[in-house]
Amino acid sequence: MPAEPLSGADIVIKALVDQGVDIVFGYPGGAVLPIYDALFKQNSLRHILVRHEQGAVHAAEGYARSTGRVGVVLVTSGPGATNAVTGLTDALMDSVPVVCLTGQVPTHLIGNDAFQEADTTGITRPCTKHNYLVKDVRELARMLHEAFYVAKSGRPGPLVVDLPKDVLFASGPYTPPDEVRHKSYRPQLRPDPARIGQAVEMIARAKRPLFYGGGGLINSGPKACARFTELVRLTDAPCTLTLMGLGAVPASDPHFLGMVGMHGTYEANLAMHGCDLMVAVGSRFDDRVTGRLNAFSPGSKKIHIDIDPSSINKNVRVDLPIIGDVGEVLSAILGEGPAALRCADGAARSEWWRAIDKWRARDCLRYDRSRRDLIKPQYAIERLYEFTRDRNVYITTEVGQHQMWAAQFFKFDEPNRWMTSGGLGTMGYGLPAAMGVQIAHPEALVIDIAGEASVLMNIQEMSTIAQYRLPVKVFILNNQYMGMVRQWQELLHGGRYSESYTAALPDFVKLADAFGAVGRRVEDPAKLDDAIREMLDIGSAFILDVAVDPAENCFPMIPSGAAHNEMLLGPEDEAEKPVSEEGMVLV
Amino acid sequence: MADIERHTIAVLVDNEPGVLARVIGLFSGRGYNIESLTVAEVDRPNGLSRITIVTTGTPMIIEQIKAQLSRLVPVHKIHDLTDEGPFVEREMALIKVAGKGDARIESLRLADIFRARVVDSTTESFVFEMTGSSDKLNAFITLMEPLGLVEISRTGAVAISRGAASF
Repeated sequence: MPAEPLSGADIVIKALVDQGVDIVFGYPGGAVLPIYDALFKQNSLRHILVRHEQGAVHAAEGYARSTGRVGVVLVTSGPGATNAVTGLTDALMDSVPVVCLTGQVPTHLIGNDAFQEADTTGITRPCTKHNYLVKDVRELARMLHEAFYVAKSGRPGPLVVDLPKDVLFASGPYTPPDEVRHKSYRPQLRPDPARIGQAVEMIARAKRPLFYGGGGLINSGPKACARFTELVRLTDAPCTLTLMGLGAVPASDPHFLGMVGMHGTYEANLAMHGCDLMVAVGSRFDDRVTGRLNAFSPGSKKIHIDIDPSSINKNVRVDLPIIGDVGEVLSAILGEGPAALRCADGAARSEWWRAIDKWRARDCLRYDRSRRDLIKPQYAIERLYEFTRDRNVYITTEVGQHQMWAAQFFKFDEPNRWMTSGGLGTMGYGLPAAMGVQIAHPEALVIDIAGEASVLMNIQEMSTIAQYRLPVKVFILNNQYMGMVRQWQELLHGGRYSESYTAALPDFVKLADAFGAVGRRVEDPAKLDDAIREMLDIGSAFILDVAVDPAENCFPMIPSGAAHNEMLLGPEDEAEKPVSEEGMVLV
Repeated sequence: MADIERHTIAVLVDNEPGVLARVIGLFSGRGYNIESLTVAEVDRPNGLSRITIVTTGTPMIIEQIKAQLSRLVPVHKIHDLTDEGPFVEREMALIKVAGKGDARIESLRLADIFRARVVDSTTESFVFEMTGSSDKLNAFITLMEPLGLVEISRTGAVAISRGAASF
């Protein structure tokens, strides 16, 4: 036992410092005042004052996803905690390690409907990996250290530690992290060796293999991504990535077919449909990826490598599940040696590549480049990519058409460079996430590729960006619509654009100005390059409001309820392949 | 669906606040069925409780239920008793039957056949205590319906594997 007892608030600070935390995103309030007082008296932790608690969680997610470390959030009780719920759910869906400390009313008032009381552990139980209510200051240090361990080990996720105010004032002993060992939580990291042998054999025997990597690769770390790339190259097999996995394999690698799924490439989706062996690595057969389940990759054997046993056989039956950290599993597979992995049937493999090349030749991401009067959103992202590809760049996005265009047209050659809300699809994610990334990487170029509707959902964070002089760039593809909503209304609801047009958008140039940033608007394709150049040259926060073609739709597209081989490649396909009634029901 | 199966699953969990809510929330949130659920502390020194869940679903759903349960941080062990060999499953019920005359006598006679015990009696009622398989309890309750059945309280199933092995 340490000699000096500490106050609960000091235990919180000490635990965070011992966990290696340097940044806390937060917002003060009555229940957490003791922690803010303790923060005031120290210099080890830097607190970033956000403008809304949802922003704090997304900022912590951006910090976590770009560094591979745990993001930390500090909010008050009641509304502070409930405002954090969307961010926590987002982090749960995308497996982002976040520890969120919430204030709580004093223990003797819990359950009394006290001022700013909410049942935080009750509300956050389904949207966290785990949560704690600390009722005794002697438990506080252990619970905090456990929270960090659980957040980052196994499949990462958000944790909540709810801290009643009297516990923060009480004094108790401090337990250092190395003395804390969780009673029951031990995720399996090392794979079953017998299955490795089986996997190697299946890979070598496959005539038409496909590697399908996901966010689990990014979570496992850059080494896992490097091993994945090595395996893909060694076996000379095609590879696709999910939205969450982009960057795990360099986009420039010829084995990479582009993103898979609803707005994935023609070649990736047809390869998934036609392969005879699918190797899923840290991906979870999400409905955006699979399309209609009973038509999903009908002729393939499936190997599924994942750290989370509940991902196995959830949506799609697989033939060989391998539980473990994907990095460890890939090392074990590579450890069997190149000779064991090489394709047994070279002729069949060449034929597979010829089929893929034919699909590639369809050039599914083509769009109308002839317009001189309108900026096509795809063109805007292509230009942005050209200007930033050689720089130390991080991209975040909001949710909608612009997000899919960014995924299609911005090429990532490294992991941890791409931060987007995949599972939950949270509009308003990108701006606070960019803020968190910029805090973690002060020298880097951080760009939020945004839609004008999404960005307004957390626009208050421009004030945080101003306070900390963060040079975040907001690249708005402004089509005046909730574009993806409008696209679905066009495809599914007879073009009745119910409430998807924003009639009173702000003047984003003035808005930037109001927040101490620089704003520009560009409407002419000929002036786009200069505008991007100016945005990149200016050392401050910048909003570039790019007026884009309001009618453009995002293709290719697997309509809901359709299979991979029933893709719409462009507007000309829309009329020919109407969406089925079953498909209409799906989201 | 034809391949719906009934499984009895035993879950060993930390006896801490909220753990039952986590398990129940998992079932309701993911749309799984609970036929019965019982919970009590079984290991005081280690602070462990045992939850017995009887659930139904396709084999894929049952597999998911087990995987999702093992993902809960306070869960130590899960055993699918239905899958893991022979096991004993019992349930207890308290059954109140009110009436007079022949019906009253008949209920007592049937209780004797079913080895139910009388734990309370008045001149116009009995409370029977009965332990057995859920099917046996159901059979007895059905027989009591025309004889003045007024109230039932059941524990839900508890179960344990046969033989010397334990978890």
